[in-house]
Amino acid sequence: MTRWTPDPTFYASPRDAVRAPAEQLAYVAAFDRAAEKPDAIAVVDTDPASGAYGTVVGWTDLPHTGDELHHFGWNACSSALCPSAPHPHVERRYLIVPGLRSSRIYVLDTKDDPRNPRLVKEIPAEDLATKAGYSRPHTIHCGPDGIYVSALGGGSTEGPGGIAILDHTTFEVRGAWENDRGDQYFAYDFWWHLTRDVLVSSEWGTPSMIEDGINPELLVGRKYGHSIHFWDLAKRTLVQTVDLGDQYQMPLELRPAHDPRKEYGFVGVVTSVEDLSASVWVWHRDNGEFKVTKVIDIPAEPADAADLPPALQPFGAVPPLVTDIDLSVDDRFLYVSCWGTGELKQFDVSDPFHPRETGSIRLGGVTGRVPHPSAPDERLAGGPQMVEISRDGKRVYVTNSLYGSWDDQFYPHGVGAWMAKIDVDTENGGMTLDERFFPHGDEFRGLRVHQTRLQGGDASSDSYCFP
Amino acid sequence: MTAGQLAALAALGAFHGLNPAMGWLFAVARGMQEGSRTVLLRSLPPIAAGHLASVAIVAAVVSATRSAVAGNVVAITGGVLLVGFGLWRLLSERHFRWAGMRLSRAQLAGWSFLMSSAHGAGLMLLPVLATTPMATGPHMAHTMAAAPGGALQGLLAAGVHTVAMFAVMGGCAVLVYEFVGLNVLRRAWFNVDKLWAGVLVAAGALTIALTA
Repeated sequence: MTRWTPDPTFYASPRDAVRAPAEQLAYVAAFDRAAEKPDAIAVVDTDPASGAYGTVVGWTDLPHTGDELHHFGWNACSSALCPSAPHPHVERRYLIVPGLRSSRIYVLDTKDDPRNPRLVKEIPAEDLATKAGYSRPHTIHCGPDGIYVSALGGGSTEGPGGIAILDHTTFEVRGAWENDRGDQYFAYDFWWHLTRDVLVSSEWGTPSMIEDGINPELLVGRKYGHSIHFWDLAKRTLVQTVDLGDQYQMPLELRPAHDPRKEYGFVGVVTSVEDLSASVWVWHRDNGEFKVTKVIDIPAEPADAADLPPALQPFGAVPPLVTDIDLSVDDRFLYVSCWGTGELKQFDVSDPFHPRETGSIRLGGVTGRVPHPSAPDERLAGGPQMVEISRDGKRVYVTNSLYGSWDDQFYPHGVGAWMAKIDVDTENGGMTLDERFFPHGDEFRGLRVHQTRLQGGDASSDSYCFP
Repeated sequence: MTAGQLAALAALGAFHGLNPAMGWLFAVARGMQEGSRTVLLRSLPPIAAGHLASVAIVAAVVSATRSAVAGNVVAITGGVLLVGFGLWRLLSERHFRWAGMRLSRAQLAGWSFLMSSAHGAGLMLLPVLATTPMATGPHMAHTMAAAPGGALQGLLAAGVHTVAMFAVMGGCAVLVYEFVGLNVLRRAWFNVDKLWAGVLVAAGALTIALTA
């Protein structure tokens, strides 16, 4: 059903979106690593005035096991106001939830009971494989002309990975997005500069390279992805590939500036094989060509081999492992999660080429095991991993699982499950952990928690066509 | 054409001009992207041209057919079938895939043509066109030779319609760009598509009522 006036959660510009009301609920992907129980979407109360604040208040089990829920997204968002293909009267009500391991995609309806989303459609892996030629669906973005889904693997092959399009209304798989992919083979994240007709994509690895964990031979052999691709969004063709250098393994999350007049963005690189450091780079247009420049370097932290999991013992250090980054809607603060060292860093990126660190919070970590202030006796495993920022930039949510097989390598004694909320000083920078907000452990019923989506939208769900 | 019919054509043009999806919002986006009112203003003529082309084709076909073929019902049915087929072709893909934002002026006109056609803009003129007296003398009514005259009348109707559309679209674009701001969309962007479907049905019914 369509509405008579635009969905109130759509905003024409990031300037308007910053004034959006605070989210009441957060949706969190939760998965069972053993693939014995069904994965679920957990619903967490984020209303500070509520008696259930900071607790799991709703739960939707999925009908199968072994999906490994990872990233998910909304069926529609502010891009629906884009004038080239406007459809402002659709509702933001469905969560498109892919299983990274099973290649199934679920559609959940949040409208009737926002605390207990209802499963309304299931797209089998065969549909994605036969209609689009892809598997291992990963990132969801609500586009102006359809729902875009990146996928790491080919339908019945290792690759290439790429992007599939789902119909806005029926959620049927319409096909592969690419017209001409050039030599692009690896896929992972993607996003765009809508008003510039530019799509950007990043690289992880094919299914066999990732599903059993990081393969040290492949890593040392510099075989994982290390390039960023720039596409013509309208023609759907690859225009330019920038190689960061093969020591920079796995450029993952892409965060373009929200302001459509700007044409830069940030990408996090998991690790350098030369010194186990992590880095953040900025892409920008220079004389028509895209360039990618390293702007943040985060060194590995030395540690006693005895404190390290077997995978890291040969190195005597903990790599930061930057596995998620997120940019506030006003393009001012970049949050960088160092999942290995258990740290969330905040940078003022008003000048994207000269980030200034303005805050740091430690939770968990391979050797630190830093507890949350509300449970000071519990040594936490995992680290801040998926980051989500409220539209007004005042609240940041983090969860602690990265990817089942990687969790097991770096936190072999169990990664647990926890979610934390951080309050932000949006004037001067700086972060404080909210002691009232710490759903963890049994609250998540033995499942691990990954991406968070905020009711009404957040900093990594919406894109805007107006400044 | 009577004054009432001209007024009706202009009113329908104003209605199309008001709809953000028909073009003024695109003009505003282009202006804002470049921070330039000139860019906004320069975007308006191609959008109007695309709209004119879309409406004119329907209007000319309908008017010419009416002039040449005896019996209004036949003409209308033929026109409706033709446009209905086109609409179905366009709407079956829903949001058409040519979704770029950086368009040349020619591409912008093409975009506007597709947008107007997909929404059946020309169809809406049917009640007016179908009730306009034929521009033909009594001695040459309903012959093939009368078709060009009828087509010209259709083009005139499309022209009047588009001038009104252009004026209202330009007014909306400048008003929003300079004074009101885009936040107004959140309240004022009425679901014209829904209304549109209703108006199309009403237009069809009215046409039949007036000409049967």
